[in-house]
Amino acid sequence: MRVDLVLANWTLFAHGVVMTLQLTALALALGFAIALPAGLLRARARRHPRAARLVNAYVYLFRGTPLLVQTFLIYYGLAQFGWIRDSWAWTLLREPWWCALIAFSLNCGAYMTEIVRGAVETTPKGELEAAAALGLSPHQTDALVLLPSALRRALPQFGNEAVFMLHGSAIASVITLQDILGAGRTLNAKFYLAYEGFVTAAILYMALTFLLVLAFRFLERRYLRHLALAH
Amino acid sequence: MESLVRYAPLLASGALVTVALAVLALVLATLLGALGAAGRLGGGRIGGAVVAGYTTVVRGIPDLVMLLLVYFGGQRLVNTVAAGLGFGATDLSPFLAGVLALGFIYGAYLTETFRGAYLTIPRGQLDAGRALGLHRLAILWTIAVPQLLRFALPGYANVWQVLVKSTALVSVIGLQDVVGIANDAGKSAHQPFVFFAAVLGVYLLITWASTTVFERLERYHARGTLHAR
Repeated sequence: MRVDLVLANWTLFAHGVVMTLQLTALALALGFAIALPAGLLRARARRHPRAARLVNAYVYLFRGTPLLVQTFLIYYGLAQFGWIRDSWAWTLLREPWWCALIAFSLNCGAYMTEIVRGAVETTPKGELEAAAALGLSPHQTDALVLLPSALRRALPQFGNEAVFMLHGSAIASVITLQDILGAGRTLNAKFYLAYEGFVTAAILYMALTFLLVLAFRFLERRYLRHLALAH
Repeated sequence: MESLVRYAPLLASGALVTVALAVLALVLATLLGALGAAGRLGGGRIGGAVVAGYTTVVRGIPDLVMLLLVYFGGQRLVNTVAAGLGFGATDLSPFLAGVLALGFIYGAYLTETFRGAYLTIPRGQLDAGRALGLHRLAILWTIAVPQLLRFALPGYANVWQVLVKSTALVSVIGLQDVVGIANDAGKSAHQPFVFFAAVLGVYLLITWASTTVFERLERYHARGTLHAR
């Protein structure tokens, strides 16, 4: 193991960590922005049957197929259409960074939709009846009772999804981005190494995973304290 | 669309590679998972620590990183060993590297699945077996295993679905699976979108077919139990 080469090229990996964190955090945020309305819709499918069917198809498609192929479809696939290449969107869609972010966000949104739906559906009826008894409007009930209760109960699953997204973001390196794995591949190519870059990348991913798990454990301890007795 | 029809046989052969890779990786993962669960449950302090290290490391690393590590690092290892034994250069194929890497990764997940399933078996049944003077292996085979299959199936099905999707990554190291073939064909036909969309369809088909199979298996193994799902 040529540790000296890894250390001499530490800036490569530092930039990689920034890129990985950036893609992961943005994908999680955008995925959540998709999942909140989509998950509520799915939980209330009876009230909005047509929109719910659309959301179902989206969730089924993105959870049932590999993230790599979704990324390829957006990065390589969309270039097939002349009208896309001629549109304003092309300034974004020709950039691998934006393609990765779009693919990751859509994928993450699909998984989070299911998390939100599950949490909303398992909300104790009594909480909603209490809200009704207090005279809260449906919107107030959602904002003040349902979502705060459901989202904090979903924290453990959100933590899993965050780790899943962190790991999935390594696919960015396949479409030339210099994330952590991209840095590892560059190091290997530059010095004809077999594994040093990958081992370094693996250690960095493991450290980030560990930090993420710790962060969510902290959040859970804070926001799920009221449930501690139940377990 | 026309070119898609022309390339259909090639894509189908790629889909077969994908399925073969997934099945072989699942076999290896099942062996590792059974071994891991055994080590965790009855391997003493050292066995337990080794398995805990295995599952922690695997779950901390992206599957793509593991795959590249096995493929390129493994090639180096093969070369060193081959040179040491006096053989010529031997190639580690992308297919083999894929089976090894995916089997190693999902073996860690199955370790947890099998361990959880074993812990679901009521302790009293195992005590009853001991009280009857059954041998340890007889208890395992006649009391634990039939129920293990039932308890582990839902988790096993989950791992399989995730594993199938992971096979797409092996195209990154040059395997001509359904993704690799669609990538090349899409480029030469100037229709990458059509071909990748077809690949999405292939994966949905595999997912749908395996859901059907696993549902049947779950019903079969739950026969004779109350509240069968």
